[in-house]
Amino acid sequence: MYNTDIIVIGGGIVGSSVAYGLARQNAKVLMLDEGDIAFRASRGNFGLVWVQGKGHGFSPYTRWTLQSARNWPALASELTERTGIDPYLQQPGGFVFFTSQAEMDARQQLMRDIQASVDEKYDYTFMSPGQLRKYIPAIGPKVIGACYTPMDGHANPLKLLPALQRGARQLGVDYRYNNPVEHIDYQSGNFIVTTRAGETYTAKKVVLCAGLGNKRLGQFVGLHVPVEPNQGQVMIGERCAPFLSYPTMHVRQTNEGTIQIGDSLEDVGYDDTTRLSLQQGIAQRAIDYFPALADMRIIRCWAALRIMSPDGMPIYQESTEMPGAYVVTCHSGITLAANHVFTIPDWILRGTAAQTIAPFSNQRFCNSNRDQS
Amino acid sequence: MSTHTNVAIIGAGPAGMMAAARLASRNHSVIVLDEQPQVGGQIWRNIMGTTTGLAGILGPDYAAGATVAGQFTASGAQHLRGATVWNLTRERQLHYLHEGQTHTLTADAVILATGAMERPFPIPGWTLPGVMGAGAAQVLLKGSGTVPATPVVIAGCGPLLYLICWQYLRANVQIAAVLDTSSGRDIFQASPALLNGLAAFKDIRKGLSMINAIKEKNIPFYRGVKNLQVRGEASVSSIAFEHQGQTHELDTNLVLLHQGVVPNTQFTWLLRATHDWSEAGACWIPKADAWGRVHEIEGIYLAGDGQGIAGAQAAVTRGELAALAVDAQLNPAQADSLESRSMPLQSRLKKDMALRPFLDAAYMPKRENRIPQDDTIVCRCEEVTAGQIRDFVRQGCMGPNQAKSFSRCGMGPCQGRMCGLTVTEVIADQLKVAHDQVGYYRIRAPLKPVTLAELASATNSEF
Amino acid sequence: MNTVLFRTVHTDSSEASAQTVSFDFEGRQLNAPKGITVAAALMQNQVLHFRDSPVGGQPRAPYCQMGVCFECLVQIDGVQNRQSCMTTIQDGMVIRMQQGQTTFTVIQTGEEQ
Repeated sequence: MYNTDIIVIGGGIVGSSVAYGLARQNAKVLMLDEGDIAFRASRGNFGLVWVQGKGHGFSPYTRWTLQSARNWPALASELTERTGIDPYLQQPGGFVFFTSQAEMDARQQLMRDIQASVDEKYDYTFMSPGQLRKYIPAIGPKVIGACYTPMDGHANPLKLLPALQRGARQLGVDYRYNNPVEHIDYQSGNFIVTTRAGETYTAKKVVLCAGLGNKRLGQFVGLHVPVEPNQGQVMIGERCAPFLSYPTMHVRQTNEGTIQIGDSLEDVGYDDTTRLSLQQGIAQRAIDYFPALADMRIIRCWAALRIMSPDGMPIYQESTEMPGAYVVTCHSGITLAANHVFTIPDWILRGTAAQTIAPFSNQRFCNSNRDQS
Repeated sequence: MSTHTNVAIIGAGPAGMMAAARLASRNHSVIVLDEQPQVGGQIWRNIMGTTTGLAGILGPDYAAGATVAGQFTASGAQHLRGATVWNLTRERQLHYLHEGQTHTLTADAVILATGAMERPFPIPGWTLPGVMGAGAAQVLLKGSGTVPATPVVIAGCGPLLYLICWQYLRANVQIAAVLDTSSGRDIFQASPALLNGLAAFKDIRKGLSMINAIKEKNIPFYRGVKNLQVRGEASVSSIAFEHQGQTHELDTNLVLLHQGVVPNTQFTWLLRATHDWSEAGACWIPKADAWGRVHEIEGIYLAGDGQGIAGAQAAVTRGELAALAVDAQLNPAQADSLESRSMPLQSRLKKDMALRPFLDAAYMPKRENRIPQDDTIVCRCEEVTAGQIRDFVRQGCMGPNQAKSFSRCGMGPCQGRMCGLTVTEVIADQLKVAHDQVGYYRIRAPLKPVTLAELASATNSEF
Repeated sequence: MNTVLFRTVHTDSSEASAQTVSFDFEGRQLNAPKGITVAAALMQNQVLHFRDSPVGGQPRAPYCQMGVCFECLVQIDGVQNRQSCMTTIQDGMVIRMQQGQTTFTVIQTGEEQ
């Protein structure tokens, strides 16, 4: 019978971050993952390491995000050194653009509120088009202003994932791919995980990092995980000579020179085929921001399903019914990767940082005056 | 032009033209969308614009295309030239690019007649200027009468290889050498399939006469060549190979490579149709019935080489069969007689395809030319080598999509057309699992790159 | 390159289109028969180096001639990365090699606020 310390279910960005982080603390970890064509949210990621605007009305999330952005450089250099794969983190600060006064006013209020709600440094500037053009010469005339914060950045998610997986393997994580989990049992303090192929694995702790799959798996271990799919559309343009040195919320230029355009929120259920009518709007917005991009070719589009909790914030929870079972789920797996490597594993192994993590408990969804989904 | 039609046909080659002509004659509204400015697809490229001289060089099979093209032109089916379909949904909604604008079209039935493309030929140096597909050379010949003016080396296997040689000889093109990767032994081992092919005796005789023509001109003709390598710095300067244990190197500025054609499956993968890996053809075949109805996708049909490589004549017959089935879909009263009306076509198709099993067996591309060495570029767009893909497989990557996200192979403008088959084969070979288990790239719209402005211009309204 | 690589089977006196078009390639004035593809027009003028690849700067030329391989990319009349094998040559076209990645000329409006 296969026995180990911890079983991590899910090998995407979240699962790999957690597994790598646990192995760093010398835990023996088995990571079980699905196959080549599963929902694979990690492959649909935009790549932002993004702080601005997060946690409005919920300052623990603002602080949690700030912490991760601060610790990201350490993660990037550790992964580069250990695995030889550089996640290409850049944190030059980031921009959000406005094409209407109403948009800009709303954002100004939002940023003021967030700044007031945290007692740490939270710098931002609103810029006029003239000021903006000094940073982003290619910005188009429809943009009437921008919000810049020095805290924002981006990384290459297609490098981050293999780096985490290679690092995990190097530290002894047993990574088993093509092994969707069917069933979890609990007997005398042990979790028995059964895969679709009929194989069983046991451990004293199990961590659910299976994205949308957490909803079903949570039921086996007394964890209520109210996540729903939320479709993100991304379009990738051809490789271009460098013209955009800052990440922006809807358009960024990757380290390979390709242009990435996207970000839309729309509930369409479990369908990850691309939605062209939506993409028209995204395309038009990109042209409004950067008119020079009108003749740029889109090579690939994809829709990936974001894992959204009812309030859009992470869920970190240990099962009270079956202690030792944890869920770790969020939609900002890139931004929060540093926390998932450096902080979450400590919490899983020793319960440290419980106060920082407590606000993300699923108990917040169990208020009597809220819907349970 | 309205935004709805009874039948949308993608591709104006043999199958598309025949299906369109038949359906238009049954009074259905038919729109044929084709990327090219003229009908003919690839095999009958420029059939309407060719000259007597050029048709003479190309041979009688090409000239025969004029009949079908004539039927199509006279049929009343609408022909949208230079229309690139970049999205198709299961609900039969198409997005296409035409003169810089995106348009939407819906149809009761869609026939995919997008034919075939040359199989990739990943050998060292295959990305150098001066290397082209033999099919590409034919396109140049048919489209503009362009031919090599310097001695050309032609390498690979398959009937098209002999055909281009024969055509080039008629055009007085100097052929430096023919490097055939197939051997007499392959022919011998495939010969039991010839028993089926006796019905295709004419085709066999034709093939043999082509080979004789090459031999008569004393063109160096090497059989069973191995270890092909194209060499050069900024362009081709020579080609090296092994033959009967000896290494050779021939100076040349032009190399034509060819090892068969494979079905163009971009649309069927986009639709998430079921595909089976064909061992006999070393390619993906979309699952469809005898009329080309795509398995479990209502109202969408395949016609022609997209169902499996069988040549122009078979494509014409398959176009007729698809048309019958579409007609039965649109006129349920006709459904009962579909079988009986199809029988003569099906027996004609059997004859058209009689030689295929032999050709597939005799000219199966060699493993070393499908599954290359580590240093060889597999993904031309992103310059990813076979070795890099194998590295990722060793690190646990089990499929082409993970390979794509780790290595960028398949992320370039060709969207996996040139590397997809190779990547599936490399992974299957390394993991020692079936190709069906490895799978293929996830294909998504846009099927051809469109600019942001073209995407943003998409409209549902009348134009 | 000094070698003549390509020629046409159509002679001047044949039934082929007697019309020619002229176009600019990299500052050179060239001619080609009307109605053929840009790729064929360039190759008939002995051009074999169409572009440098965006990843490694490798010299590339057309491979498939049917719109599948995306090797034949050139800049035509200011628009970059156009498939020359899928475009018909026109009189007066200005064609440039596609040197690597797409580039932008960003025009400053000069407006200060």
